[in-house]
Amino acid sequence: MEQTINNRILQSSDDEFIINVGPQHPSTHGVLHLQLRLDGEEIADLKPFLGYIHRGIEKMCESLTYKQFIYLTSRMDYLSAHINNQACCLAIEKSLQVEVPERAKVIRTLMAELTRLASHQLWWGSTGLDMGAVSPFFYAFREREMILEIFEETCGSRLTMNYCVPGGVMNDIHPDFVSKVKKLIQQFKANIHEYDELLTGNPIFQSRTRGVGYLPKEDAISLACSGPVARASGISCDVRKKEPYDAYDRVEFEEIIASEGDCFARYRVRMKEMLESMKIIEQLIDNIPAGDYRAKIKGIIKPPAGEYFQRVETARGELGVFIVSDGSNKPYRVKFRTPNFSNLAALKPMSLGAKIGDLVAIMASLDLIIPDIDR
Amino acid sequence: MITWIGNKLTEIFGTTLAPYVGYVLIGFAIITLVVLMAVISIYLERKIAAFMQMRLGPMRVGKWGTLQAFADVFKLMLKESLTPAQADKQLFNIAPYLVLTVSFLAFAPIAFSPSLQLWDLNIGVLYVTSVSSVGVIGILMAGWASNNKYSLLGAMRSGAQIVSYELSAGIAILTIVMMSGSLSVSGIIQSQADGWWIFKGHIPAIIAFVIFAIASTAELNRAPFDLAEAEQELTAGFHTEYSGMQFAMFFLAEYTNMFIVSMLGTTLFLGGWMPLHIAGWESFNHLMDKIPPFLWFFGKVFISLFMIIWFRWTFPRLRIDQLLKLEWKYLLPIGMVNLVFGAIITWLGWIL
Repeated sequence: MEQTINNRILQSSDDEFIINVGPQHPSTHGVLHLQLRLDGEEIADLKPFLGYIHRGIEKMCESLTYKQFIYLTSRMDYLSAHINNQACCLAIEKSLQVEVPERAKVIRTLMAELTRLASHQLWWGSTGLDMGAVSPFFYAFREREMILEIFEETCGSRLTMNYCVPGGVMNDIHPDFVSKVKKLIQQFKANIHEYDELLTGNPIFQSRTRGVGYLPKEDAISLACSGPVARASGISCDVRKKEPYDAYDRVEFEEIIASEGDCFARYRVRMKEMLESMKIIEQLIDNIPAGDYRAKIKGIIKPPAGEYFQRVETARGELGVFIVSDGSNKPYRVKFRTPNFSNLAALKPMSLGAKIGDLVAIMASLDLIIPDIDR
Repeated sequence: MITWIGNKLTEIFGTTLAPYVGYVLIGFAIITLVVLMAVISIYLERKIAAFMQMRLGPMRVGKWGTLQAFADVFKLMLKESLTPAQADKQLFNIAPYLVLTVSFLAFAPIAFSPSLQLWDLNIGVLYVTSVSSVGVIGILMAGWASNNKYSLLGAMRSGAQIVSYELSAGIAILTIVMMSGSLSVSGIIQSQADGWWIFKGHIPAIIAFVIFAIASTAELNRAPFDLAEAEQELTAGFHTEYSGMQFAMFFLAEYTNMFIVSMLGTTLFLGGWMPLHIAGWESFNHLMDKIPPFLWFFGKVFISLFMIIWFRWTFPRLRIDQLLKLEWKYLLPIGMVNLVFGAIITWLGWIL
C-alpha cells in the first residue's frame, strides 16, 4: 500500500521541496493539480493530477439520445462550445448521410470562427494576467463582449450556445446579425494595435516568453499535440485545411505555422489566427446563401449500426468525435479525442528546468481548459 | 502655533511630563497623517487602474466611491485574524507590526514644507534608507513563520530582491548627496533653491533618477517587480496566510512605503517643496512662489505616485533571474559609472 502511494507522489531530497500547484490556484485556470519538485526556483520534476472535474461525459452520452447528447459537449471545452457541438452534429450527419443546407453550413462556420475569436481573446487576456499584467484582460473583454452579445441575440445564450442541431442550426440568424458582425470586425481591426502595444511589443513580455517552454517538432508529434501548440512547433495540422468541413472548403485563409516552438511562437500563432478568423468571417458574412437553415430530419435519430468519426479544429486543437452506433436511438459508445488532454502531455518536457514563473507562462501558452482534459 | 501648544501642555502637565505627552501627540498626528495618505493612495490606485482599464472603479460607497477605502479598512478590522496551527505564532504576529512600524519611522525626517519637518536629522537621507531596509526582515519573518511553502518562496524572493536593489537605490541617492554636499533632508532641499537636481545635475542626475525610480519600485515589491507576492505564481506570496487586520498592516505598509519612496524621490531630484523656477522668467517665478510649499511638495509626490501606479497597471512581471540580472548586470554597473561621472562634475564645479 505504502509502495503505491510512494509511486504516486513525488519524493524530494533534502535540498529540494515539493509544492502543490492547484487544484485551487490562480494560474491553473480551473482545477488542474500539479505537483512540482522544486530545486530553489527551478522545476526538477512535475506531475499533473487529473480528475477533479471529471463528470463522465462520455458515459453520460450513452444514456442520452442522439439529439440530446450533443449539448453535453458544450461543457467540455466551454470556450469552444459551438465547435464541440458542430463536431457531434457533423458525425451524426455523416452517419445519417444527410445533406446540410448551404445556409446552415455558412452560419455554422461563421459561428465557429466567432467562437474561435472569442476564445483567443480570452486566452490573450488571461496570458497577460498570468504574466502579471492585469490591464490586457479588460481590453480583451471589450471585443469579446461584442461577440457574446451577437451570440446571445442569435442563439439565446452567451457561452454554451447549443445552436447546432443535426442537419443544420437551431433557428435562423437574428436580423441584426450581419450588421453587428461587420461592426465587430471593424472595431477589432481598429483596436488590434492596442493588443500589440500592451503585450506583444513589451520587452518584459518578450523576455518572459522568448526561448521559454521550447517544444521540438519531434516531441510535438510524438505527444500528439495539435492546434496552435503544434503549429508553433512547425507542424501543419489544421483540420480546417486538411479535411475541410462545413464551409471551410470555399474560404481562403492561411494556416499559421511558426518554427520556433517557444511560448512566444505559440503567442504569435494565436494572434495571427485571430486575423485569419476575421478574414474567414469577412469572406462569408456578405455571402450567406438564402434557403433553409436546417435540413428535414426525423424526430428520432437512429443511425445505422456502425462506427462514425469526425474531427474538427477547435480553438485549442483537434477534437475528434467517435460514435459507435448499434442502430438504436442512443449511441452505444462515444469517445472524444480532446485537444487539451494531449497538449497537457507537453507540459512536463517543456517546463523541466524552468523557473516557477516560466511554468505560468508555459501554461498560459498551452491555453488549457481543464474540463476538456477531464471530461 | 506649535509653541502655543507647547505652552498649554506645560501648563497642564508640568515641565517634566509635558515633553512626553507632546511626543505621544506628535506620534498620533503622524500615524493619522500616514494612514490618511495610505487610504488616499489606495483610492487613487483603484481609480487610476479603473480608468486605465475602461471601468469605473469603486462607485458605491460615498460619492464616487470615495469612502470605499475606509469601508475596506472597517471590514478588515471586523475580520478575525487567523493564525495557522503550524505557524511560529510569535514571529507570525510580530511581522506585520514590524513592517508597518518601519514604514512609519521613515517618515520622521521628511520635510513637507520649510516649517513642517518632524526631525531635521543631519543624516536624514541615510536614516530613511537604513530604516526602510529593516522592512525586509518583517517580510522574511512573515514568510518563514507562516509555515507555508508559497509564503516561504515569496519571502526568499523578496529578500533577494530588496537586498540587491537597495544597492542601486543607494548609489542613485549617493549621486545627489555628493552633488548637494549634504546628507540632511533640509540641506538637500536648500541646495535646490536655484534649480532642481534633475535639471541642474546634467546627465548623471537624470540617469540617477531613472535608476532610483526602477530600484525603488523594486524595493516596494510592486509590479513589474512584485515577485514576492506574484499572484499568479505564489497566490499571495509572503502574506498568503494573513487575514483581517494583520493583512491590513501589510497592505497599509505597502502604500505607506509608496509614499515614502515618492517623497524621497521628490526631495532628492524634484526639489522637495521648492517651487519651479525658470531663469529669466521673473513674473512666472513670482507666480510660482505664490503657491504654498506644502502644495508643491504634495503635487510632486502625487505625480511620482501616479508613475508608480502607472508602472503597475501596464507592465507584465519579470522573472526572478531576469530581475536579478537587471540589477547586477545593468543597474549597478551603470549606477557606479554614473557616480564617477557625477563626482567629476561636482569636482569641476560644472553644476549649473
